[in-house]
Amino acid sequence: MPFSLHDLYLLLPEAFLLFAVCGLIAVDLLVKPSQRDVTHWLAIGVLVATLALVVYSVAPGRGFSGMFVHDAVSRLLKVFILLIVIAVFVYARNYLKDRKLYVGEFYILCLFATLGMMLLVSAGSLVMIYVGLELLTLSSYALVALNRDSPLSSEAAMKYFVLGALASGILLYGMSMIYGATGTLDLKSIHELVASGVGDNKVLLTFGLVFLVAGIGFKFGAAPFHMWLPDVYQGSPTAVTTFIGSAPKIAAFGMAWRLLEGALGGLHQHWGDMLAVLAVLSLGIGNVVAIAQSNLKRMLAYSTISHVGFLLLGLANGTPSGYAAAMFYAIAYAIMSAAAFGSILLLARAGFEAEEIDDFKGLNQRNPWYAFVVLLVMASLAGIPPLFGFFAKLLVLKAALDAGMLWLSIVAIVFAIVGAFYYLRVIKVMYFDAPVEKGVLALPHDIPLRWILSVNGAALLFLGLFFGPLLSWCYRAMGAG
Amino acid sequence: MSFELILFYLFAAVLTVAALGVITVKNSVHAALLLVLTFFTAAALWLLLQAEFLAIALVLVYVGAVMVLFLFVVMMLDIKIEPLREGFVRYLPVGAIVALVMLTEMLMLIGLKVMSAQTLPPDPAGASNTAWLGKALFTQFLLPFEVAAVILTVALIAAVMLTLRRRVGVKAQNPAKQVAVKASERIRIVKMESASKGASTP
Repeated sequence: MPFSLHDLYLLLPEAFLLFAVCGLIAVDLLVKPSQRDVTHWLAIGVLVATLALVVYSVAPGRGFSGMFVHDAVSRLLKVFILLIVIAVFVYARNYLKDRKLYVGEFYILCLFATLGMMLLVSAGSLVMIYVGLELLTLSSYALVALNRDSPLSSEAAMKYFVLGALASGILLYGMSMIYGATGTLDLKSIHELVASGVGDNKVLLTFGLVFLVAGIGFKFGAAPFHMWLPDVYQGSPTAVTTFIGSAPKIAAFGMAWRLLEGALGGLHQHWGDMLAVLAVLSLGIGNVVAIAQSNLKRMLAYSTISHVGFLLLGLANGTPSGYAAAMFYAIAYAIMSAAAFGSILLLARAGFEAEEIDDFKGLNQRNPWYAFVVLLVMASLAGIPPLFGFFAKLLVLKAALDAGMLWLSIVAIVFAIVGAFYYLRVIKVMYFDAPVEKGVLALPHDIPLRWILSVNGAALLFLGLFFGPLLSWCYRAMGAG
Repeated sequence: MSFELILFYLFAAVLTVAALGVITVKNSVHAALLLVLTFFTAAALWLLLQAEFLAIALVLVYVGAVMVLFLFVVMMLDIKIEPLREGFVRYLPVGAIVALVMLTEMLMLIGLKVMSAQTLPPDPAGASNTAWLGKALFTQFLLPFEVAAVILTVALIAAVMLTLRRRVGVKAQNPAKQVAVKASERIRIVKMESASKGASTP
């Protein structure tokens, strides 16, 4: 297929982001360490401009010989990926400044990872899925090791790198089998070939599917492929945890959807059950082990595993409304997770990480407003109405019930109730325990951080009350009624 | 048995023995050299398949660059291989059982089939596979090719970020500063009041 100008129009947001990041590398080289704010605000400016390009992008289409797909799903996912990365940048600044980690590389690697996420959710071919994913994960490995003098960080980065490389290898192995069975890398062609039945290659195809699901499970952090997640979340600087814990979950959903529905939709009877097993294990392990944690970052890591279980439950349906519910859940989780880690970043100051649950003791007496924000976040993560997280859970459960997955729904509800315990414990600690330090909480003088965190917390309440527009956007994108 | 088949069996045997050697020899330098042999034989196998570009790329990139670097590291680090192999015999039964189970599972799933080799017809235009590869890379696979370039950029930035250190107190010479120095910066004349010899300062 000849290359046309239309291809470039489709790729405009990504191309702009790439060139802007390259420019930013040069700018960052020229500014003095004391003027790092220039890089900070330019990076946010680049993301805002990219967001505008995504919102006002051209009509949906496929470009670069089907490698790049621009459709309603990719647009919706990209909008939220960019919004969340902007919020992460605002949250991270003060923390990085206090720890002498306020370097340009943080922004540049995050932006490259964002580019990888955008390419990943727009991938139209197995090879694009792979390179997009590598761009995202390679940047993430380096980000985890940002604080290179900390042994905990280095250990986390090594674990993440080795297990991530293993997961990439497994994913590639599965892709090679699917390529061997169908003879094409294009997701759309694979879908058509699978739907029409490719004869005796069915075994090879199913075998490849097992590896793909294992690779996806690794990248999501779904049990039993979750071993890396708690160590990486705890070991990396909190600013980096905020980044890798939020937006990449949306991208991972995009990847799973493109691979499982986009390419192998015809094999739903196989992967539906595999995802159901992963979902039950994730819900169980995530929620039960989180109870035993005293470190908030580690607790949130296990809570991630349980939320991934819910997300997979939506995907396992194999119906458009299930995908829409899973997409809604991925977006909701990313917003909640950004706010949860953002509140740790707000409380942290030089020499004090604020990552133990006990560090939140008596927060209500020291600063009622931010205690309320954390209350909103934790209640939303627990799934208490009328907050955002409740409706995300409700929609997934409704889709699962409609698809006749009664037992799975019951298991999910039971574990969600078990999970509510450890979120409520944080709230109890804030409101009913005596503070360790007396006096008003010394908040950082970073006005954007305080405002965006307040907006993020309020958004959980607002989106919980008015979730209709976002939900109908998800339904329309997935083509569900 | 055709000549090609004889060559295939020869190369395949060398490759298997060399690959086994990589993980069993005690000296790490020998292991690295055996890995070179493995790559080289694999390249010969690819040549038999008429994939000459891949074969040359394997020799140039892996044997020529990666393995040389690897040998450097092995020789510089002087790794004692013995402690690494301590658990080898102890874990051998478990490992063998796991490997056997996996093999049986895979055989049960895929089954033993005779691999039917389809020989693709040669390109009527007579283009070499190097030309085909180049054409495919820059037309159909243009976008992934460019993204791969971005990935390499990220690797470069990450490597610099993780290893570049500006240590304070290192007494390194800076030639540019040495050349740019002025006479007035080298010597400083301090005017002092003369003091009598006997006066003692408190």
